[in-house]
Formats: sequence, C-alpha cells, structure tokens
Amino acid sequence: MSYLNYTVTHTPVGIRKILYLNWPLVFLISAVAGIGFLMLVSVAGGDVDEWAAPQMYRFAVGMVIMIGLAFVPMWFWRGISVTAYVCCFLLLVGVEVAGEIGMGAQRWIDIGPIRLQPSELMKIALVLLLAAYYDWLPLKKVSRPLWVLIPVVLILAPTALVIVQPDLGTSIMLIAGGGIVMFVAGVSLWYFGAVIAMAIGLVMTVMESRGTPWQLLKDYQFKRIDTFLDPTADPLGAGYNIIQSQIALGSGGWSGRGFMQGTQSRLNFLPEKHTDFIFTVLAEEFGFIGAMSLLVLYTLIIGFCLYSALSNRDRFASLITIGISGTFFLYFAINMATVMGLLPAKGSPLPLVSYGGTSLMILMLGFGLVQSAHVHRPR
Amino acid sequence: MSKAPKEIVDSSRKIGRRGLLLAGIQLGVVTTLALKLRSMQVEHAEEYRTLADGNSIKVRLLAPARGLLLDRNGIVIAGNEQNYQITLTREDAGGDVEPVLRRLSHLIPISEERMTQLMDEFAKRTAITPIVLADRLTWEQFSSIAVNAPSLAGVQPETALSRVYPRAGDLAHVLGYVGPVSDYDLSKIEDPDPVLMLPEFQLGKVGFEARLEDHLRGKAGARRVEVNSAGREMRELSRKEGEQGATIQMTLDAQLQNYTAQRLGEESAAAVVIDIQTGDIVAISSSPSFDPNKFVRGISGPDYRALMNHDHRPLADKTVQGVYPPGSTFKMVTLLAGLEAGVINAGSRFYCPGYTEVGGRRFHCWSRGGHGSVDAVTSLSHSCDVYYYELAQRVGIDRIAEMARKLGVGVKHDLPMSAVAEGIAPDRAWKKARYDQAWQIGDSLNASIGQGYVLASPLQLAVMTARIASGKMVVPRLIHAIDGVQQPEPEFADLDVHPAFLRVARLGMDEVMNSSTGTARRSRIIREDWRMAGKTGTSQVRNITAAERARGVIRNDQLPWNRRDHALFVCFAPTAAPRYAVSVVVEHGGGGSAVAAPIARDILLFALEGGLPPLDAVPSDQQADMKARHEAMHLFTPETPRMTRA
Repeated sequence: MSYLNYTVTHTPVGIRKILYLNWPLVFLISAVAGIGFLMLVSVAGGDVDEWAAPQMYRFAVGMVIMIGLAFVPMWFWRGISVTAYVCCFLLLVGVEVAGEIGMGAQRWIDIGPIRLQPSELMKIALVLLLAAYYDWLPLKKVSRPLWVLIPVVLILAPTALVIVQPDLGTSIMLIAGGGIVMFVAGVSLWYFGAVIAMAIGLVMTVMESRGTPWQLLKDYQFKRIDTFLDPTADPLGAGYNIIQSQIALGSGGWSGRGFMQGTQSRLNFLPEKHTDFIFTVLAEEFGFIGAMSLLVLYTLIIGFCLYSALSNRDRFASLITIGISGTFFLYFAINMATVMGLLPAKGSPLPLVSYGGTSLMILMLGFGLVQSAHVHRPR
Repeated sequence: MSKAPKEIVDSSRKIGRRGLLLAGIQLGVVTTLALKLRSMQVEHAEEYRTLADGNSIKVRLLAPARGLLLDRNGIVIAGNEQNYQITLTREDAGGDVEPVLRRLSHLIPISEERMTQLMDEFAKRTAITPIVLADRLTWEQFSSIAVNAPSLAGVQPETALSRVYPRAGDLAHVLGYVGPVSDYDLSKIEDPDPVLMLPEFQLGKVGFEARLEDHLRGKAGARRVEVNSAGREMRELSRKEGEQGATIQMTLDAQLQNYTAQRLGEESAAAVVIDIQTGDIVAISSSPSFDPNKFVRGISGPDYRALMNHDHRPLADKTVQGVYPPGSTFKMVTLLAGLEAGVINAGSRFYCPGYTEVGGRRFHCWSRGGHGSVDAVTSLSHSCDVYYYELAQRVGIDRIAEMARKLGVGVKHDLPMSAVAEGIAPDRAWKKARYDQAWQIGDSLNASIGQGYVLASPLQLAVMTARIASGKMVVPRLIHAIDGVQQPEPEFADLDVHPAFLRVARLGMDEVMNSSTGTARRSRIIREDWRMAGKTGTSQVRNITAAERARGVIRNDQLPWNRRDHALFVCFAPTAAPRYAVSVVVEHGGGGSAVAAPIARDILLFALEGGLPPLDAVPSDQQADMKARHEAMHLFTPETPRMTRA
C-alpha cells in the first residue's frame, strides 16, 4: 500500500473528523481549565463574575477555535507556514516601529475583544515554520552547518526584535521553543552542547558587565538576579513576594486548608494572585494533593501530545505537536519553579489557569494545531 | 507529496529517539518540581504552617548608618548621632490616638499647637504608617516612655541615627546637608531604594551630601520579625545589619576653614584656598553661613524666613554659585593673551594719560591723573586700565576668552557641589548666541579689565591663580580618599602658555605686593621665605551715569551697601615655590586692596603656618590689629582626631 493510498483511504473527512479528535487531550485541557475557574472564584472571594466568568467565556471561545482548527488539513498548515512567519515578523517590526514613533510602549494589536501580542503569535508561527523546514529538509542534511544556520537565523531574528522591547522572558521562550523543534528534528547534539557552553559564557559576560559602561542588562534585571540569589537582599520588593509565596505554598501542607480557606489576608501581599501567583493559592488551599494533581494533569497533557507525535508518521505533524507541547511545558514549568523559588522572579502566567486572554487564546490555537495533526495523521 | 515512504519512516525513527530523550528531560523537570513541592508541603509543612498561622512574618528594614565625612586630618566634619525618638501607629493605638497622646503628654511636653498638628498628620496618613511624635528626646524622657510603653498602645520608642555637622556653619555650603526624604525627592528617583520609604530616613539634599549620596547612603539591612495579630513584634527571626556608607576623607582642612569663616566675619564674602601642587581645595568658605543642623532637624518657619530675607544671602554658596565681574584680577588673563599672541612683549610700553578714547567714547583709567608710560610688569603693579584698553584693541576678544578658559575662567570645574557655575569668558560667538548682537570694541575694552560681560566665581579665580603660579593645569578636587582608598595623586599637564610669559605675570603680581608703589603693598608678607604675590580687583556693580560724573563721582562708601563695588583679591605664596593659591571676593566691600587683600593675606598665612598667623609675618604697624583680631576669634582646636565609625 503506497503512501498516497493510505492517506486517501484512511484519513477521516467532513464532520466525522470530530470522532478522531484526541479526546483525552480535550478532557485534560478542560480539567486544567476547570481547576483554573475554581481558583479564580477562590481568589475573588467567591465572586464568580469578577474573573471566573470572563475566563470561562474565553475558554469556550478557545475551545471552539481549537476544534475548528482541528478540521483544517495538514497541507494547509504546511502551506501557510512561511506566510504566517513573515506576517508575525512584520507585525513585530510594526509594533517596534510604532513604539519608536510615539504610540508609547504598545506591544499588542486589538482584534475585537481579543488582544494579540505579535510576540505571542510568533511562538506558534516559529514552531510551524521550523516544522515545515525540517519536513522539507532531507534528513541527512539536518546537521550540516549551513542547514543549521538557517533555522538559527529564523529563531534569532524575531528574538532580537522581542529582546529590544524589552521582553527577556518571551525571547527565552522563543529560543527554547525553536530549540526543542531543532532538537527533535535530529540536529547533532554537538550543536546543543556548543550553544549551552556559549550561553554559560554569555551569562558570565553579562554578570561581569555589571556596573561597567557597556552593561548588558537593565539595573532592574540585575536586581532580579540578586533577589533570586538572596531573597532578603530586596526584602520589600520581589524578594518579599518570593518569601511570602513560599510560606503560603508550604503552609498548605498535605491536604491544604480547603477551598476559600487559604488565609487570603496573607495573600494580599501578592499583587498578581489571580495571574502569576495563582499556583500559590491552589497549593495553599488544596495542599500537596491539589498541587500534585495539577502537575500530573499537565504531565499527562505533555504525555498525550508526545504519544500523538511519536505515533504520527508525518514528520511535519510530529514536529508541530512536539514544538507546541514543548512551549506549553516551558510555560508551566517556569511558572511553578518561580513561585517555588527555583527560578528568578519573572511575571509569567500558569497556562490554562491564570486569568488572561492572550495566553489562553494562543494556547488553544496551539492545541488546535496539535489536534489537527492528530486527526490528519497518516493511517 | 514527493517524499518517498522510506524517508518518512527514517525520519520518524529519528524523531522517536529524540522525542523520547525530550520526554525524559521533561520528566526530570517535572520530578524536580514534584520533589520540591513535597519538600515544602510535606516535609517542611509544619515550619511553614507555624510561620503562616497566628503570627505572620514581616520584613522590617534597618536603616544603614550614613558614611562619615572627614577633613584632611581625619577630623569628623559630618557624623551621626543617636537620636531617641518615639513613633505612634494609629492602628496599634486602637484607631483613636488622642487618649494616647494625652497620656503621653504627662511624660514629655507636647504643646497644644503640636497636638493639633499631630492630629492633622494622623488624619492624613494611613492607619499603619508610624508617625514620629517627638525626636531628640533626652535619655531620661526616652526611658520613662519605654517603661510606660504597656499603657501607651501603639507608641514605639526607637533609636535612629541622625546626621550631625560638628562644625556647624563652617562647612555648610560645601557639605550641604541631609533632610527627610520628601515625596518630591522620591518622584525624581527612578526605582527608589525601599530604604528611602523608612520614616525620617535622611537623604543628601544639597552640596557634597547630595552629590555623593550613592557612596554615603550605605546598604539597608533587614530583620524578619514575627508579629501577632495586633501587629506587635513577638520575636526577631533573623537580622542582617545594614552596611554603613563609605567614609569619605575630603581635602578640606577643618581648622583653616574655621579660621577662614571667622576672618570673613559678617561680610557677604567668599574665599577659596587651593593647594597648588595637588589641586586640593583646603578651604572653601562662603559668608555669612547658616547652621546645617537646623535643616537636618527641620528648620522652623521664622528661622527659614530669616535666612531667606537676609540681604547677605546666607543660603547661597558664593564660592562656586556666585559669579562676579573679576575686575582687575582678570588683567593677568589679558596680559598673557597679549604676550602669547605676540602683539606685545614684556618691554612694550603704552602711555596712560588717565583715559583713552575709542569710537567716540572715553574709557577712564582708575587713576584720573594717569600712570604715564607703563610696561607689562607695572601695568599689573599699578593696575593701569589704559594699558589694557590699548592691549585689548590689539589682541582681540577671542584670544582673551581663549586664555581665560585655559586658565580656568568661564569653564565649569567638575566639583561635587551644588550648582557649580560656569561663569562667562565672553567672545564674539558668545555675544552673538546670547544677545544676537555683534561684538563692539567697547565690549573688548570692558572685558580686558574684567568688567562688562566677564563673570567668574571665586573658585575659578583661585584656579586661575594656581595655574599662573605653577604653570600647570591645576584641577581642583575635594575628595582625598573614599573608604581609605586614596584618590590617585594628580599629575597635572603643563599649561599651554610659554613659561617666560607666566614669569612676567608672576613678576607683576609680585610687584603688586612688594614694590614700593604696588597697589596692595600694605597687605604684603614680610617674611622673605613666605614672600607673597597677588592682584587686587575692584569691580563695579553699576554704571556711573553721566549725571553722576558731572556732579563728581560719588565716593563708594557714600553709596547704599548693595550698590558699592565688589572687592576682590587673588594671591599665592611663597613666590619661590608656590604652595597655596587664595581668592577672596567681598561683595560690595569697596576696594580690593583695602578690604579683600588683608583677608586673603591672613588666610594664606594661616595655611602656610598651619595655625594662627605669626604676627612677625606682617608689617609692624598691623601687628597690633592682628593680635586684637586673633583675641576676638573663637577658634576651634580639634581634640585627638576621631576616626570611630558611628
């Protein structure tokens, strides 16, 4: 049976595609979002309307988008990958130029009720383009320097634009997301070793540059590093949040204090408890059991994505799935590590749980692609 | 789909291996997160629970001690003192502060006026802000409050360090002062240090204190304390002391500064003493002065108004902010410009009939009868104006301005003080830019004798003198060492003026003091090893009107004070090996030779002697006066130098 044959005969068509969705993934995503709604109610002191209701509405829209995208065949994604990347890139340049010209520091574009940051869209578009690139590139060329240089440039070009915004967090996400696709596509591990070595060198250079005229980071960024290394160094700033976040988290104990029983007064120190520090609330109210449940749900999402990717014989589809799930992984791992004090403080949302439209929409868009890859896998 | 099935399978296998590797890495990360969660929530849950339950942890900042300022001999000129104060937090007082204040008023005096003022303050601030009720309490008052603390809910006796300036007004202008951080201060600072939010924290407001704020402030410490639900501290969990700010040793000499301030007395005046070899500013005094300690403690309205309304402007720093027409002290600049340009030589002579006419205007020499034939040296020793009128027409203003800047006039000297003035060394381009007018020959004539547009600060005049005396590009400095680290010994470049010309200028300045017809002969030093050179200056504050001239020029001392001439004097000694350069400006003092020169001479003598000027250094007819003056002074003698860190 030739490739063409099984593609035609076994790929579902029309409305029947809905039966071939990765349903476990849909349920897992819904479960995580459900935990999010619960926590948003708790943070609002029992008020559903404040945060939970708008978030549910957005999630419903996101769900529709995801399922809608799942119906779009793979060849379409492959076809628009270059266009999508170029568009996102131009948007990035656009907001940069507009910012320079005097529209202030606006880094987003309003589309109806949804606020889109080109840098967020770029995370998806980059994965799409790299997946298409490695799909097109013969395997034996993957590790040749020239063919490695091209994706590196594709990653670094938008990263450079984002880093001048300045948004260090998103630039790191872009590099890591692109890196994951390159890693899975089979680029020689020597390159990754070299990059890691260079990164360590760069970090050391950056730290050395402190206080000199060619200082590479802003003062507040250095301060953040200081705070991470010693939270008491900045006891009223970020360090205070980390100390208090750890206390709230640890005091949850095995089973937590119960829904809405977390000592909210003590959480008042956290300015962003409905967004960046929502995991703290969960861990305080539902304890180790609650926190681990969320971690397990996240791990299962990654697991189902990886399974779907590895069992998919379409290289493009595999790479997309892994790239997007890898980005998702970075989101929750970074957020959790931050509130536990394992990483320097950086405002990042907990995916599917934190209140906020942009990241939710981007995630659902990404999962739409994952579903599409799953539905249209060669059988 | 052009891809062969074979390749699809290959690539799938590759993705398979790498995908599993990635899954492994991700699983590792998840495991780390889970283990950390377990460690916090299961193993250490009890500790965290204790911290969170009942008590809560607050982080309180500990204010760092401000760095000390020392004079060149290690005498503390800005230190810290223990300040006993009490604060009251409305929330802890149970919401109503009045009964607490009433009870407190039995222990310490609180006037009715102060009471209403405090009530206003409490009404304005949030309930949790501690407000300082009283500070600078005596130890007795402080301890009686501490003993009675249980019945005074919300009252917290605290000790804090407060800035103190032991030399009071002597160094007020150069050091500046600190004061409580205001909202305005905070609004100017990007990303303010949290320590600035502490109640009564002190920040450098003006002068050296403000310019070296970053060095002096130090780093805040922190203590973590457990407070109960009422907000009272239960125990301290950890404490990290702050780091004191850097101790800065300045180039100033506190004793010379003290003498200088007293020698200037009640005059509205300024004096600057520079060590010619190192550029060290050993004294920089503006008179009258004020007590910076009053500003630290919060100056009262009447005191402040008195300072503001004083016609001698005690708050202005006349040494670096004040700019004056330098008058005849500027003549060295014009002379050197002429010599350098080659339009004259030391022997060139001009005839002075008492005036010169240029463009239909008559420019007078100060000596109505004229000086007759004058050469370079006598032009200085007699301070002949006509010589310079003639010279100015030949050398042109641009070269005079260039020489002025070379000597340090009309350029901003980078000293860590507030509002250091640039002065003006005018030239054609400057007038065009400033007034959009062409330069007139009359402007050159005025500028040549330091009148008209020329403006210089006493600091610039001292630098000019030091550069002429040494032939080096002396750069003034105020900092000797920071935290024991000595500033590098300066190596000054040679001044870009021919040494022979400088010798002519120095000879002229020498004759001002020591020739039998010198304008400042009376103020000479008679000890040969301290032989002194100088130049007088008297600069007009007003134009003499034609009407006045017709009536006969009014004598200076008949004019109201603020229209009298400024008296200026610059000097250096010893002439053989110049050590100190001094400039003195007495606002509306009258003549430079009569008023400014004796002051400058005495300051110079104090610097050379390292103590009270010896009487035998001045002409015998002045010794009795000097003795009387010394007896009237209350000079400060340091105890053994204190280097203790507060």
